[in-house]
Amino acid sequence: MFVYILKRLLATIPVLLIVAIFVFLLLRLTPGDPAAILAGDAATPAQLERIRDRLGLNDPLHIQFVTWFGQMLKGDLGTSLISNTDVLDMVRDRLGPTINIAVMTIIISVALAVPMGVIAAWRHRTWIDFAVMSFSVLGFSVPVFVIGYILIQVFAIELRWVPVQGYASPSDGIGAFFSRAILPSLTLATIYVALIARMTRASMLEVLGEDYVRTARAKGVRENVVLFRHALRNAAVPILTIIGTGFALLISGVVVTESVFNIPGIGRLTVDAILARDYPVIQAMILLTAGIYVMVNLIVDVSYSFFDPRIRY
Amino acid sequence: MTEIPNSRHSAFQVLTGWLSLPASARLGVGPAIAALVLVIIVLASVFAPLYVPYDPLAMNAMSRLRPPSDEFLLGTDPYGRDIFSRVMIGGRVSLLIGVGAAVVSVAVGLIIGLVAGFFRAADGIIMRIMDSLMAIPAILLAIALVALNGPSLGSVIIAITVPEVPRVVRLVRSVVLSAREEPYVEAAIALGSSMPKILIQHLMPNTFAPLIVQGTYICASAILIEAILSFLGAGVSTEIPTWGNIMAEGRSYFQIKPGLIFWPGLLLSLCILCINLLGDTARDLLDPRMKKREG
Repeated sequence: MFVYILKRLLATIPVLLIVAIFVFLLLRLTPGDPAAILAGDAATPAQLERIRDRLGLNDPLHIQFVTWFGQMLKGDLGTSLISNTDVLDMVRDRLGPTINIAVMTIIISVALAVPMGVIAAWRHRTWIDFAVMSFSVLGFSVPVFVIGYILIQVFAIELRWVPVQGYASPSDGIGAFFSRAILPSLTLATIYVALIARMTRASMLEVLGEDYVRTARAKGVRENVVLFRHALRNAAVPILTIIGTGFALLISGVVVTESVFNIPGIGRLTVDAILARDYPVIQAMILLTAGIYVMVNLIVDVSYSFFDPRIRY
Repeated sequence: MTEIPNSRHSAFQVLTGWLSLPASARLGVGPAIAALVLVIIVLASVFAPLYVPYDPLAMNAMSRLRPPSDEFLLGTDPYGRDIFSRVMIGGRVSLLIGVGAAVVSVAVGLIIGLVAGFFRAADGIIMRIMDSLMAIPAILLAIALVALNGPSLGSVIIAITVPEVPRVVRLVRSVVLSAREEPYVEAAIALGSSMPKILIQHLMPNTFAPLIVQGTYICASAILIEAILSFLGAGVSTEIPTWGNIMAEGRSYFQIKPGLIFWPGLLLSLCILCINLLGDTARDLLDPRMKKREG
């Protein structure tokens, strides 16, 4: 097990290295001089030269990369070109809201999607199955922000149950936090629920046809035990996989949802940085999200053996 | 040589097989409705310039934010432009982006995938690069590409394409890897066929059926991503109306003019829904094993 995890960790190094090279080249090879963007229109050639010198833009490309990557490894993510603050501090300030919303989203999604998928498979080809499948196709078809605006219109403007936008951290009071976090979480959860419910249903349909399910039923095991203990555990691996790969969808969704609901998280930070061409922040954020994605999928792979003891590493 | 079958189930065989079934057994009603709705949306968008009552770009300060009426079917936006004309013309560009992104990703992915699947030496490097690209969230990569290359139609299509290519490459590679073990490929190699000939004539046709399915999904997600890019301020510039940037402009007026988000959102969702349903149908037809599993 330990050796397996170590091996997988080592295997992530080339992936993240290529991401780093890619991000580096993406920004360096685009038309436009970063120094000119940074200095503004009124800059003199001497000022430009000083900025280039400070950022190391005069060095050959490979030296720039080695310097930059070395700093990254030491945990120095650089300084924002716009606000002149340390990128690591910026990320740390903005991480809280995003993590809180993401965790709430995952809890809501799994709590809704897994039972939905199980019931759809159990009542295969009935109206329940049809309703679950319709919801899941619909969830893929409506843009995240449209869902957000519909929820705002219904629950914040018409019913006035919750505030329209904004964010409060759990330390400001649980009620304040929930009333502001519930709509963004539901918005984000829609596509995730669609994805997980669909996979749960497909995986359960396969398992429910197995002999041991019939045996369990024949010896009089209660139906909910058959479904959730016997069948679901055996159907768990594809569901876990889709939760892991769907994490990329969640990250993308965070970016949009934070803009809709005006939440000061890392999604907003990234979009603002990209639109302002704040290179150090863009690089750090893309590397960070890629790193998170790779790690989540590593954890998912390792957790297989927890659900299915036949899988050993 | 021409007797060697070069595909297990080509799209053509599936189509002819499907047409030979009795009409009732071919498909459920769902896909038929989806196809009909999609055809109507596509035709309405393609021929929009022939029938829309106003120039979608013509601003008119005298008729700002009008409610729906006989004069303006869906009302006007904050600049006095006719919403109906903008939504219908916008559909053209959104659909163009969807189809464009699907075609480009499939073409590029097909070439890279064939190379990765056939040449062992290139496989390792190509697949590591593809894994890395897949680790970057598609939206982030796309907004970065648009922000850096400018908000033109071409750069939006490229930005949507880049994150999709690795998925196509993986698919093509896996098909090629299993097909190259087939006797007819071994026979072709033994008979001394040239490398390009084996790739194009014997291996490539195997990828067509799954690529048609993948292409429809990419088309749907491209339309969706275009809308999200516009929404985040990294889409096609507003001189070219798209469903996405009409909704993006409608953001600030959401409470007084929900139609600016509702109508393009409805058409866009309907369109994606139909494309996805047709994609599912195509997948079931092309891969009967999946149909059994999905029920």
